Amino acid sequence: MFESVLVANRGEIARRVIRTVQRMGVKAIAVHSDVDAELPFVQEADDAVLLGAAAPSESYLDIAKVIEAAKQSGAQAVHPGYGFLSENAEFARAVGAAGLVWIGPSPEAIVAMGDKVEARNLVGAHGVPIAPGTREPVTDVESAVLAGKEVGYPLMVKAAGGGGGIGMSIAQDEEQLRTAFATAQNSAQRFFANPAILLERYVASARHVEVQILGLADGRVVALGERDCSVQRRHQKVAEETPCPVLTPELRARMCAAATRAGESVGYRGAGTVEFLLDPASLDDGSGGQFYFLEMNARLQVEHPITELVTGVDLVEQQLLAAAGEPPTFDPSAVAPHGHAIELRVYAEDPKRFFPSPGPINTWVEPSGPGVRVDAGYREGNRVTQFYDPLMAKLCVHGATRDEALATAREAVAAFQIEGLKSNLPFFTELLDDPEFVAGRYDTGLVERMRARS
Amino acid sequence: MAEEVRAELVANVWKVVVTEGQQVEDGDTLVILESMKMEIPVVAESAGTVSVKIAEGDVVQEGDLIAVIE
Repeated sequence: MFESVLVANRGEIARRVIRTVQRMGVKAIAVHSDVDAELPFVQEADDAVLLGAAAPSESYLDIAKVIEAAKQSGAQAVHPGYGFLSENAEFARAVGAAGLVWIGPSPEAIVAMGDKVEARNLVGAHGVPIAPGTREPVTDVESAVLAGKEVGYPLMVKAAGGGGGIGMSIAQDEEQLRTAFATAQNSAQRFFANPAILLERYVASARHVEVQILGLADGRVVALGERDCSVQRRHQKVAEETPCPVLTPELRARMCAAATRAGESVGYRGAGTVEFLLDPASLDDGSGGQFYFLEMNARLQVEHPITELVTGVDLVEQQLLAAAGEPPTFDPSAVAPHGHAIELRVYAEDPKRFFPSPGPINTWVEPSGPGVRVDAGYREGNRVTQFYDPLMAKLCVHGATRDEALATAREAVAAFQIEGLKSNLPFFTELLDDPEFVAGRYDTGLVERMRARS
Repeated sequence: MAEEVRAELVANVWKVVVTEGQQVEDGDTLVILESMKMEIPVVAESAGTVSVKIAEGDVVQEGDLIAVIE
């Protein structure tokens, strides 16, 4: 095992990674921007290096500065967390070129999965179900119209090199496709410097269900069950649960097998997630359930703790072991999830419109007790700034049954005290009493319907 | 009557869309703020001549004056 690991991230995920690194007896080195100096992840690390100013381009996204910090602090390996440079193949290569170990998949796997068209074609060739769609990137609107006729409406229009829901829109007909294409291409160029567009058949009222995979040091790829991430606002996840309330054991087995094949198609190493769209209508049509590959996230996911709660496997520990060429600390052939876990993403945002709400944290009291886990990036007295994403903490609960987990979640939300800025805790109070959510029969349109009702 | 357009939250000024003295209509985007990785367009709520009070790269606090429309 390494003697020291540099964590190239901030906030709750840096703190969460540091916790496991230190538990393994490994020295944890933080990097941070000037405005983050007082945050827990910097204070709890064994060593911390100031990267620069608050703007991500001056600090957490500056490859040269992060590599220099790793060299200067004597780190042997780099953990990228999620977001920032975690899926940046150039950074992964730079880490290797500096003689350090990259805790993640190979740069080649990152590249293959980073292009949505390439990823679709690749996993499709390995027997993973994909929705009807374009096999080549579409770069002009007339080709898009032709492709639209072939694929069939409604269509999802998205940036081939994109992510995070940016630039995605739905087209019901040719006229809407022309508008959606222009919008998507504009965002794709601006945010991802890649104007290529992917058209895919849109699955209405779908559930977003993903599978956690782990590529082991010996080359095996194993699946650690699914997470339902259908509670979304602006195409971004707000709450997740495992197991997915509507999966049959047979469908779960098919999805896990497909996810494993997707990982094997790129020789995946470390923790990754294969995202699928599940068509709820297909659950009752005799087919046993139809699902389609959406994308693969070549990194640790925000919502990984709920998998940890039901499997008892520390995914960050397994990432370090895989990167160090060591075997896992659990039996991959006997993963048996127990109970039910739910994660609520506590954001600094208003609970009605979900607009950002940076500000000071004057009061911060976390819930605790059996079945409650809080991964927080802040504590009382800190300030949430406008420079980074609004995630303050992940409130995770575990119960023997879904009902028990829901009850624990309600109590935990009520006990969580945050004052000084707006948080979305009141939204979770609503969610946990929403009839659709409580029944487990919901899809990615849930939050919109809740807002239309209120 | 002049309309004062103020910031609703702490944000970076990502883009100033209008130019000083430009004629704007109700609903036109004046400025795009950026906070917590989200773009927030600031729109005119009346028609008139715009005077911009901030520049790209500035940080605005809640309540800060962004523009005046007369």
